[in-house]
Amino acid sequence: MDHTPFIAAAYAFTILGTGGLLAVSWIRMRRAERAIDEGRH
Amino acid sequence: MHAYANPLRFLKLSEALLPWLLGLGLLLTGIGLGIGLFASPADYLQGNSVRIMYVHVPAAWLASSGYLGMALAALAARVWKHPLAELAVRAIAPVGAMFAAICLVTGSIWGRPTWGTWWVWDGRLTSMLVLFLLYLGVIALARAYEDEARGLKAAGLLAIVGTVNLPIIKFSVEWWNTLHQKASIRLSGSSIHADMLQPLLISALGFTLLFAAIVVMRMRTLIAEQRRTARLRRRVAVAA
Repeated sequence: MDHTPFIAAAYAFTILGTGGLLAVSWIRMRRAERAIDEGRH
Repeated sequence: MHAYANPLRFLKLSEALLPWLLGLGLLLTGIGLGIGLFASPADYLQGNSVRIMYVHVPAAWLASSGYLGMALAALAARVWKHPLAELAVRAIAPVGAMFAAICLVTGSIWGRPTWGTWWVWDGRLTSMLVLFLLYLGVIALARAYEDEARGLKAAGLLAIVGTVNLPIIKFSVEWWNTLHQKASIRLSGSSIHADMLQPLLISALGFTLLFAAIVVMRMRTLIAEQRRTARLRRRVAVAA
């Protein structure tokens, strides 16, 4: 049995899951902190 | 430790730490997975499918240790009323749930070529699924009440009670006959060859730093949202 598709699927799920969560968390943090800074002025 | 529970001190410290957590985390994860995919040897029994270990095992470790961290934060919130501890519970839960999901999905993908099945209801797999559901329960309870404090209290209680599942996950492969293999890495040593152990430890360290970076970013977001809400409330009070 060729294991390549299984390995690719496992890595893709991990990278998309971790990368997606990283990106969303970064964007939400920047947006929330910008809103604080803008509200100050 | 109490000194670091001050949100302003946390913001200052986390601002300095975050680039390091992110940079080192991405670098080590990339190196670990690169070696795991292209330079480490195939297993004599499992063949190339063993390369799934470099994503599956760190995810399993982080899902379990993240849950313990969340439960300790819930305990600190209950005992010492640390403002940051409650935020930590809310910040860790979705990250832990994501890593538990990664562990379950990659384990299932690994199981198909190795065991010939995607899923079996054995001790290790079922207790890991329970861990994922516990994370979802904590997330749901934290948002279930209109009174946020009540929701966080209920979520914290579930997080603490759910720690009973952690030893079940750890010892399930010893207590019951399971398809899942027994622990290969123990305090007394490892049965994994050094050529496989090295990338595994590098990717585990990388994923740990990324886990920490995401939790820190989520905590900073929650602090900013709380400050914004408090400011709006003050303005409304002044206007009234």
